[in-house]
Amino acid sequence: MKTDALRRWLRIWGTREAYQGLLLVAPTLLWMTALLIIPLLLTVVISFGGRDANGDVVYGFSLANYLRLLDPLYVGILWRSVVLAFQTTVLVILVAFPIAYFVARAPAGRRNAYLFLILVPLWTNFVIRIYAWIMILRTQGVLNGVLGWAAGLIGLPFQPLDLYPSPGAVLVGMLYEFLPFMILPIFTSLEKIDESLFEAAADLGANAVRTFLRVTLPLALPGMVAGTILVFVPVMGSFIVSDILGGRNVVLVGNLIQRQFLDARDPAFGSAASIILMAMTLVVTIIYTRRFGFGEEIVRA
Amino acid sequence: MAEFAVELRDVSKRFPGPSGEIVNAVREVTLQIKDGEFFSMLGPSGCGKTTSLRMIAGFELPTSGEVYIHGKPMGQTPPYQRPVNTVFQNYALFPHMTIGENVGFGLEMKGVPKAQRTARVQQALAMVRLPGYEARRSRQMSGGQQQRVALARALVNHPEVLLLDEPLGALDFKLRKEMQLELKRLQREVGITFVYVTHDQEEALTMSDRIAVMSGGRVLQVGPAFEIYERPNCRFVADFIGESNFLDATVQDVQGPTATVTLTGGLTVYANTDLSLTRGQAVTVAVRPEKVGLRPYEGAQNAFPGRVEEIVYIGTDTHYSVMLNGDQRLRVREQNEDPYSRPLANPGDAVTVYFDQAAARVLTE
Amino acid sequence: MTKRRSPWLRLTALLIYGFLYAPILVLIIFAFNASRTNIIFKGVIAEQGPYRLEQDVVQSAPCGPFHWFCQLPNNRELVNAARNTLVIAFTSTLAATIIGTMAALALQRYHFPLKTFSEVSLYIPIVIPEIVMGISVLTLFSAVFSYLNTALPAASRLSLGLGTVIVSHIAFSVPFVALVVRARLHGFDRSVEEAAMDLGANEWITFWRVTLPLIAPGVLSGALLAFTLSLDDFIITFFTTGPGATTLPIYVYGLLRRITTPELNALSTLWILIVFTALSVSQLLQRRSA
Repeated sequence: MKTDALRRWLRIWGTREAYQGLLLVAPTLLWMTALLIIPLLLTVVISFGGRDANGDVVYGFSLANYLRLLDPLYVGILWRSVVLAFQTTVLVILVAFPIAYFVARAPAGRRNAYLFLILVPLWTNFVIRIYAWIMILRTQGVLNGVLGWAAGLIGLPFQPLDLYPSPGAVLVGMLYEFLPFMILPIFTSLEKIDESLFEAAADLGANAVRTFLRVTLPLALPGMVAGTILVFVPVMGSFIVSDILGGRNVVLVGNLIQRQFLDARDPAFGSAASIILMAMTLVVTIIYTRRFGFGEEIVRA
Repeated sequence: MAEFAVELRDVSKRFPGPSGEIVNAVREVTLQIKDGEFFSMLGPSGCGKTTSLRMIAGFELPTSGEVYIHGKPMGQTPPYQRPVNTVFQNYALFPHMTIGENVGFGLEMKGVPKAQRTARVQQALAMVRLPGYEARRSRQMSGGQQQRVALARALVNHPEVLLLDEPLGALDFKLRKEMQLELKRLQREVGITFVYVTHDQEEALTMSDRIAVMSGGRVLQVGPAFEIYERPNCRFVADFIGESNFLDATVQDVQGPTATVTLTGGLTVYANTDLSLTRGQAVTVAVRPEKVGLRPYEGAQNAFPGRVEEIVYIGTDTHYSVMLNGDQRLRVREQNEDPYSRPLANPGDAVTVYFDQAAARVLTE
Repeated sequence: MTKRRSPWLRLTALLIYGFLYAPILVLIIFAFNASRTNIIFKGVIAEQGPYRLEQDVVQSAPCGPFHWFCQLPNNRELVNAARNTLVIAFTSTLAATIIGTMAALALQRYHFPLKTFSEVSLYIPIVIPEIVMGISVLTLFSAVFSYLNTALPAASRLSLGLGTVIVSHIAFSVPFVALVVRARLHGFDRSVEEAAMDLGANEWITFWRVTLPLIAPGVLSGALLAFTLSLDDFIITFFTTGPGATTLPIYVYGLLRRITTPELNALSTLWILIVFTALSVSQLLQRRSA
């Protein structure tokens, strides 16, 4: 067995095909190794190091940075990040499903246009979108303006709501940022469902609700799984939304990492936090993909 | 010029299969295709015919053995340096080029000047009866038209050999019939050697000067259509080409071309043979259904009583399934000559089947 | 899946579309705000005339309602950021498209050692948080630069800047280009390539004359994806950029910490307009080629 594998390996090295394939993939390998793999390994190495008085990295081997993450302060931050990522994901699924369903069941001619309309906001810059939410949510902002005007119409007293900065604003911002990443995969799943399945379900005596629960939902599951990965991973690592919409009160892992690198100048500790973050997202991704497979939905999105 | 347009000597091809096993696609095939011949490779899918063709074209290289084109060993020669052209099963027209650009591609690659190219493309399209189609795109054309373009694209280069890989497979029945004649006409016109791969026996019989019947990566029999049909050398060929009844038998006696055999049921059959048989040898007797009759006639060496089990009306003919005394079933095919196509017998009727000694052929493989 | 949809579904869909577009509408409306502080909408600048400001509200301006748009070209910082953004996007797109297409060809068609490794490495940027990639690359650059700079003369010291941003953008774009092109190659009928070779074209000519034209739509959508990813990127740029290499997203982020004028809205409106036009055109092109 072993020699067979070895022989096959040797054979593949020698061929013209191997040489051409390697040549084609060489720049990619170079890039991925130099800018992804080596940096990640370096981050792992540094996470076991420390820093000197100037904030420069001192290489070494200690678990100090990881132990420091066990401090209730940091555990709280990690916990808040996970909770927020879950909240965002659930919220995003709840909002994404109806719209994905709506688009998937729209007449074929209009489907692309509807989909396009969902994508357009995604392509406006993400920092700009957050800025727009500041304009809407701040105390003298658009939302309070509209609410105050409405309250005035029916003669109710109105006290402007304190919406920004707040954890709620962060959640709204996250929802807005990541909604399209859930809509697209769910749509992809739903679109594939053959119309005859609904007819079959109806024919077999299922009413609308049961058809939805027994046919639509299970078949949309792959899309939801893909969407969950596409939403959960970036939310876990985000720091801009919380930074801007949450003020300085909402500190997530992302913010922690960013501050270690840019303000606190403790890259070793920041690296350790990054490794933990990566480990957490990888665990979620792996559990999810093991359970449900890594479908075309991710690729298409 | 060498005697043979294409020659395969002991050619084998092994592939790594999908799950790592080794697939013997072609096994020690030796073939000689004469210059100017319409040669077909016929067999069921997976018999190695397409792989053999692709080895002549150069898309695959033999694992062992050698391909010769006009006497020259091809070795590792890449497809673009071989003096052959191919018509692909799905036509493989370049979708991003016009018909004119498609047909002119080979000439362009050879460095033929533009003016000359235009003239030759025009000529080639006229030859396949698509004059003036240069500016069209392939997706605006029907399957039959695309097929003609593919032919023109190959023939315009005056290849020494034209390879055709099931070129009519995607066409409907009527069009296929039409194209068969068209291909034969073209081949006569241009005088180029055609090597034609097909799984359709009728197609092969209609067009070919000679046919190689393949199965399991091997060539079983090579010969003109008449010979393959009338004198199949093994059970596979007799079965694959046309239809045959196979009767299990034991050799009783051989005298010249006449073999006397006993069927397992005890009936004695006189059959033709060119094999050297020994008394007591177990053999198969192949009889074509259309050569067996229910009407008595003068000089039928074989006549057996039996009972009709089933009849199937198929328009021109009626098939009778007759159970002979002694448990051998024989399919009989009778033409519906009767103006009302009344059957000669009904299920359950007792009948006698008649066939000539020459209609029965002893096979050992 | 065409069926009569319930009015509730329509209403929900409408509300969600409203949610998606409300911020964009607000952005655009406020681009015409007369109020310089830009917190409350004080109407559009109705008058065209010399610039006149009263209590932070613009009364008249040479461009009238489009005052804030006219201001944009005067903002040197902004113009620089726009130029940087485009330089980075174009360069990284070009490189990533070539590299990614090559990788797609290799992975789809060849058997070679390190194939699995290559495939896995292409999935890394998709499954790890962007911030981790950002800090890792930053760590690498600082380590390499601090090592090299000890040996280099002061004048030619290396530092973060356009170069590091471009190189990093290539890194995260390549996998996406490879993915898109590979999808296109997946359904590719190789007999047309065989036909070309059969007609006398060698591998090289076959690639340029047959393969590339046929996968061009995939390559183009890959390039478009790489371009928009680069234009839109904040996190990676944030960690790899240096002095003089500010991009538009970084510039806008910097502004958010200060008082923002409607100029920012004008910029955003312009941005949205450009992206919308580019996307519509590419959609139309794709539909035509399909």
